[in-house]
Amino acid sequence: MLAADGTPLKKSLARALRMQKIRALLLIAPLLVFVLVTFLAPIADMLFRSVENQIVRDTLPQTVSRLSAWDSDEEELPPEEVFEAFYVDMVLAREQKLHTRLGTRLNYEKTGLSSLFRKSGRGIGRFDTDVYTDALVDADPSWEEGATWEDLFSNAGVRSALPFTASTWDRWSAVLGADGKNSSEEDIEDFIVTALYTEVSKGQGAGVDARVDQAASAFAGIEPISIRSQFADIDEDWADPEVWRTIHTYAPPYIDGYFLNSIDMQKTPDGIEQRPENQRIYLMLFGRTMFMSLVITFSCILLGYPVAWILANLPMRTANLLMILVLLPFWTSLLVRTSAWKVMLQQQGVINDVLVWLGMVADDGRLVMINNQTGTIIAMTHILLPFMILPLYSVMQTIPPSYLRAAKSLGATNWTAFWRVYFPQSVPGIGAGSILVFILSIGYYITPEIVGGTTGVFISNRIAYHISSSLNWGLAAALGTILLAVVLILYWAYDRIVGIDNVKLGG
Amino acid sequence: MANDASFVEFQRVQKSYDGEILVVKDLNLSMPKGEFLTMLGPSGSGKTTCLMMLAGFETATHGEILLDGSPINNIPPHKRGIGMVFQNYALFPHMTVAENLSFPLEVRKMGKSDREAKVKRALDMVQMGEFGGRRPAQLSGGQQQRIALARALVFEPELVLMDEPLGALDKQLREHMQFEITNLAHDLGITTVYVTHDQTEALTMSDRVAVFDDGRIQQLAPPDTLYEEPENSFVAQFIGENNTLEGVLKSVNGDECVVTLDSGEEIDAKPVNVSQPGERTKVSIRPERVEFNKDRLHADAHTLKATVQEFIYMGDIFRFRLRVAGRDDFIVKTRNAPDAVRLKPGEEIEIGWLPKDCRALDA
Ligand SMILES: Nc1ncnc2c1ncn2[C@@H]1O[C@H](COP(=O)(O)OP(=O)(O)O)[C@@H](O)[C@H]1O
Ligand SMILES: [Mg+2]
Repeated sequence: MLAADGTPLKKSLARALRMQKIRALLLIAPLLVFVLVTFLAPIADMLFRSVENQIVRDTLPQTVSRLSAWDSDEEELPPEEVFEAFYVDMVLAREQKLHTRLGTRLNYEKTGLSSLFRKSGRGIGRFDTDVYTDALVDADPSWEEGATWEDLFSNAGVRSALPFTASTWDRWSAVLGADGKNSSEEDIEDFIVTALYTEVSKGQGAGVDARVDQAASAFAGIEPISIRSQFADIDEDWADPEVWRTIHTYAPPYIDGYFLNSIDMQKTPDGIEQRPENQRIYLMLFGRTMFMSLVITFSCILLGYPVAWILANLPMRTANLLMILVLLPFWTSLLVRTSAWKVMLQQQGVINDVLVWLGMVADDGRLVMINNQTGTIIAMTHILLPFMILPLYSVMQTIPPSYLRAAKSLGATNWTAFWRVYFPQSVPGIGAGSILVFILSIGYYITPEIVGGTTGVFISNRIAYHISSSLNWGLAAALGTILLAVVLILYWAYDRIVGIDNVKLGG
Repeated sequence: MANDASFVEFQRVQKSYDGEILVVKDLNLSMPKGEFLTMLGPSGSGKTTCLMMLAGFETATHGEILLDGSPINNIPPHKRGIGMVFQNYALFPHMTVAENLSFPLEVRKMGKSDREAKVKRALDMVQMGEFGGRRPAQLSGGQQQRIALARALVFEPELVLMDEPLGALDKQLREHMQFEITNLAHDLGITTVYVTHDQTEALTMSDRVAVFDDGRIQQLAPPDTLYEEPENSFVAQFIGENNTLEGVLKSVNGDECVVTLDSGEEIDAKPVNVSQPGERTKVSIRPERVEFNKDRLHADAHTLKATVQEFIYMGDIFRFRLRVAGRDDFIVKTRNAPDAVRLKPGEEIEIGWLPKDCRALDA
């Protein structure tokens, strides 16, 4: 199809629409950027955190690479060279104060590792490896100076002959450099000499450089020190293969450990299995969150439906006035409303007082309505009720009264007319309200936190705990991701069953 | 106490929604069984209100409504057994056509096979036999209309109310449906109250028409009487095309009178609801009853001078707009017959009429 001037019609239409599109884009650009930066990016970051596990690899690079050859199924400790690498990694980590963080991280997987790492950080400076340094300095005092080493590792031949020492030296230089120091001006450290020893004593680098040979002859007479037993001296846990298995398991940069944790599972040498009974909590919390959200949704329907019906059938003026009352809760702070419920519901609270006064409950049998599930359900139903009423109201407003009249004129009683004719048409409103209330309550945090006690808290409270108290962000992210997935799945299921285009939020 | 002569009866019925304005004032109406009665009137004249009172969705503030001789004020709507067709059809959107039709039978606890037979019969009756499985939204306006009609009739009510059922259809479909509805109503022998603001519809369909205005029935009569013998100027204006001239009654002589128009000219008329000389009156003449051929008038008939303003060719008829007695909106129609005169704009003619065709009504 051609336009009047001979250009293809599609093309000239596209050109005509382009300006419009650009303008539309410019109009939404601020919001788009805002949403991207403040909403989508954090979500993406959280999703990423739930599988991200760079910390082990970043903190213990040499250990991780040497540990990969270790068969973790054996009841044996990793070989000595793993401990040598671990020694180097730990010293460097301690210099940067990273070892405690790693300990905290690994403690999520195996309790006790946090203190083990902290303890080792302190003990690692007292290793007997100074005999290597002493031997070397005895042979030639210049070995004590960083410059000597700087020289040595500027030689490419040496570097390739002694890769472990070279990388250790480089990392050390980098750590010092970050502190504004120059490694060539500092005294040499035991762990670098140890690294040199482990390689030179195996004959690596022989004949490459005179200094290497000098070191080899200086080391010749020394009794080798077992780094493994040095570590075992700090804490015998280092001689426990279980500890090494944990490090081995969490060495990969991306792991499903957080997710397993979120569904009360754990990785063991025998594969994935359920956590011990007393450590299971998340599945129960997910279940409770779902169940209570459902209860809240249903009570919102029960309470909201008649109100919406009245509103929809009143004259406009009165309806608007009453609508303000419905929306009134939005005008008070969430905290105030929730705290008000605390005042109302507590055992010495208003409701109990009235019930006692009426003689409906005994003074010593006051109802427990707060700090449990009842409290959470009551307070959240109240808070979320407008989200049910509003979509219900707007759907009901679009149902002409003539349907009910038609049904009655056809012989239906009031109830039949309502149930067979009116109700089915209000279902989209119930659907919209339910989705809204359910999704809101599934992720609700403040109210359960304040009135939920221990039995009324939601998964979101646990997520918040991991974010702000235990600082286990990975687990929090995994829990959040599961919550998000659950919501999306429910949404999808709802779409399949009810059809999302049946949902009306407004007329 | 069955009484065929007054199957439906409104007795001095009044209705107010707000306690201030009477929407229906003193309504009296009596309908025999089997009659097709139309309530015709401008929008807001209280037609729907009357229908709703009859159906039981509104209660009369005063007066009595009788159905088959017994007052129905205390019978709830669903027990009145009155079929109803709503303006927007009110077909239940979440049910299929067949389910819609079977609804009134279900609530009457009719057996499944009976229901199916009746639904089928009703659908066939409106020629919609194949559409039972569709949803109302999948039907055209005319089809929905038929379904609404079938639904109102499927439970065989004796009285059917229709509130502007054809209002949403286009002209051709509307004319067709008018014909179908009247046929159905007569064939089934149902008593029908039909509400419309379209006078053609009212005239073509009804046995009798009640013209509503201002909450009152202005005239209740068969269509021809209504058209030819309007009892007051509202009815004359409202039904059909009409020329109105204003003036004062000069003299009355039995069935004939003379009216002095405001322009000073005199015309012949028939006094309808004026009697005293000196009374102000509006005379009403149908455009097709105006003569401009002097031979067909009485020798002593009054005539008026007229100037042709416009000639409108409409195929079967000619339409002229004349300037008469100082007004520019005087319409004359003639049949496009072989001997018909074609007046040209600017032409000066004389017009007149038989006194019985010119009705002197209230001012
Ligand atoms: N439910 C109602 N509440 C208040 N006033 C109404 C209501 N229904 C109709 N009216 C008023 O009553 C008058 C007559 O209305 P109606 O019977 O619908 O007229 P019609 O059907 O002839 O157009 C109108 O002025 C209308 O505004
Ligand atoms: Mg109406």
